[in-house]
Amino acid sequence: MSTSTADLQHGQGHSDDPHHQHHFADMEQQFDTSKIGMWLFLATEVLLFGGLFVGFGLMQARYPQEFIEAHEHLQRPLGALNTVVLLISSFTMVMGVNAAQRGDKKKLVMFLTLTIICACIFLGVKYFEYSHKFEEHLLPPRWYHAQATDTVRDAQGNVSHGYGTFFAFYFMMTGLHGIHILVGIFLLAWIAVRANRGEFSHAYYTPVDLVGLYWHLVDLIWIYLFPLYYLIK
Amino acid sequence: MEQSLKFHSKVADLPRPVKNYLNNDPGIWSWMTTIDHKRIGVMYLVGVMSAFLIGGIFALLVRLSLLTTHHTIFGIQVTAEVYNRMFTLHGAIMVFLFIIPSVPAALGNFVLPLMLGAKDVAFPRLNLASFYLWVTGAVMAVASMIIGAVDTGWTFYTPYSTTTSGTVTLMTMAVFVLGFSSIFTGINFVATVHKLRAPGMGWFDMPLFVWGIYSTAIIQVLATPVLGITLVLLALERVFNIGIFDPKIGGDPVLFQHFFWFYSHPAVYIMILPGMAIISELIPTFSKKTMFGYRAVAYSSVSLALLSFIVWGHHMFVAGQSQLATVVFSALTFLVAIPSGVKMFNWLGTMYKGNISLETPMLYAISFLLLFAIGGLTGIFLGTLSVDVHLTDTYFVVAHFHYVMMGGTVIAFIGGVHYWWPKMTGRMYSEKWGAIGCALVFWGFNQTFLTQFFLGSKGMPRRYYNYLDQFQPLHAFSTYGSWILGAGLFLTAINLLASLRKPMDAPDNPWGGTTLEWTTSSPPITHNFEDQPVLERAPYDYRPEVVAHQ
Repeated sequence: MSTSTADLQHGQGHSDDPHHQHHFADMEQQFDTSKIGMWLFLATEVLLFGGLFVGFGLMQARYPQEFIEAHEHLQRPLGALNTVVLLISSFTMVMGVNAAQRGDKKKLVMFLTLTIICACIFLGVKYFEYSHKFEEHLLPPRWYHAQATDTVRDAQGNVSHGYGTFFAFYFMMTGLHGIHILVGIFLLAWIAVRANRGEFSHAYYTPVDLVGLYWHLVDLIWIYLFPLYYLIK
Repeated sequence: MEQSLKFHSKVADLPRPVKNYLNNDPGIWSWMTTIDHKRIGVMYLVGVMSAFLIGGIFALLVRLSLLTTHHTIFGIQVTAEVYNRMFTLHGAIMVFLFIIPSVPAALGNFVLPLMLGAKDVAFPRLNLASFYLWVTGAVMAVASMIIGAVDTGWTFYTPYSTTTSGTVTLMTMAVFVLGFSSIFTGINFVATVHKLRAPGMGWFDMPLFVWGIYSTAIIQVLATPVLGITLVLLALERVFNIGIFDPKIGGDPVLFQHFFWFYSHPAVYIMILPGMAIISELIPTFSKKTMFGYRAVAYSSVSLALLSFIVWGHHMFVAGQSQLATVVFSALTFLVAIPSGVKMFNWLGTMYKGNISLETPMLYAISFLLLFAIGGLTGIFLGTLSVDVHLTDTYFVVAHFHYVMMGGTVIAFIGGVHYWWPKMTGRMYSEKWGAIGCALVFWGFNQTFLTQFFLGSKGMPRRYYNYLDQFQPLHAFSTYGSWILGAGLFLTAINLLASLRKPMDAPDNPWGGTTLEWTTSSPPITHNFEDQPVLERAPYDYRPEVVAHQ
């Protein structure tokens, strides 16, 4: 990443590239180090979601019937649509990184824009899904309204809390994922603007590569979320 | 002493540079925006020491109110609620604001790039961001105690933490932010160790301090996110009552404990591994002997890091875990003793027939060996199921983890501060007062906490603001000890600060160390080294022919 301050404070860089930070021997070492940093960050993301996945698994074991019935209320076609949209966005991202490696500024900006459009479509679909849940009161336990199809009830006819628990996890996990998509949109827009200014070349495209890695992880998490919630059997 | 003087007198000091990292580009603003790892390390040191002071004052107040069964501080009545707040603030501040960042973020930041022969950490700006996140978290934590109060203990157990009044949400968000600070430090150090080692430095040529910090960084990266999500869930539970941990609406409070300890047990190793890392530097340097079993010590750091992830259940032996899980966690817990023992015996093996000089850092190192042995062995008591059921939530547990955290990590940290003080400030402190301070700390610490093993085994429960008359003599003895401990720490702080008034008198290598940070000037220049160092001599190589060659 850019390092004007680094050079001011620490003295001269050794190579001509203005992106070269003085504490690295060369640009290759700098690029590799940035990648290690990004992979470590992605590991933290996996564990951030990992806790929620484990919690979901535990609650599913506790409320198996409730979880199966609750998932019937999710709109599977919309979930599938979003999966396809994100897969396409991963493809456009790869093409973007490829364009950056070749120093093709026009293609890079185009593919980044396409990726942003896909991300926006994803969030749009998610908006419709969420509003449907709110209308039907398919919400965490405190606000959950019993549905006619709910079979797990106690002697007084109160539905089990497991239904609400399903939606508590649904909103937390897809919500956290949605926040990551939103952050991704800002990151993509930021590198698109920089790309448009011509800041990247085949010699320096680290930010594009790193945002690409982030974007693939966000896609990957959805690839796990989709079957977990929409395709329970 | 003579011997060590002989060692470093052989190495001619570099001419003291006019401009070093301290006076190059002076001014507050230049410090606030610095991306120099050494300055960030110094700022962290000031920060964590301030947190240590606040946490320490709360500790003294807690002990003072336990002096008698009247539970008063200077005649003012301490209610159960006030007492709960005091020990919570003591615990939360000490763990999250002081011990976790103490060695890695303060000393590690300063020393690690120097030891690797690098000019800086891999991501200098991320490093500064980490410091400001720490400051933000610290401000939030202190604000939460000024606006309201937190009385949950530092573990924030549900359902109490989701139902009690006070500013628990703000405090958990503070810890969330501090977690990110810790993650950024971890990412930085792992990347630095992988990519910025000096030419000629392979993995097994790294100083053991680096191995320890590297293992710590791995835990910081892998465990902290789980704490992050747990605290978010806790806040959501508190604010919106979403029902993950609340049994009234289908949640599970024990799930919180699993989540919490999945982070917080590894966090114990985030705290102790850097302490061990410092000891692995001090022992060979002050024994003037090659590290015994270098590879074993390096591997034991990594294996402690890995083991730390699979023993969290031993915090929940009586929390309604299945019997099978309890037995498995107990067995796994005993495994921790193996790498800990490997370290212990290798340190002793290094000292054996060494040329030991008892300067202040070495006094702390020897204190560490004694205290950590007690802390570690009582850990085995607690890992044993039948004993643990009896000792759970008693002062025995309190004494055990204070022996590891304070007797281990904090003692090592203070030893490390003394060890690298000449490098950081360019000044020597008074050896005499350093030694007296160490002796007082050692005495006071043992009087305070050894007593608590007896209290615990007699059945004194922890976190109670009052107690039966029969415990009074032991409680009073422990409180007197805390005053000696406080006096020792105070004296140590004065001794270090007083050295700052002197002119810069420290030689480049006052202890005859063999690692790269001693090859640059004291204090170092902004770029660390005049020329890129190339590793020629393995760390801790004290063979006479090598030393003579120097």
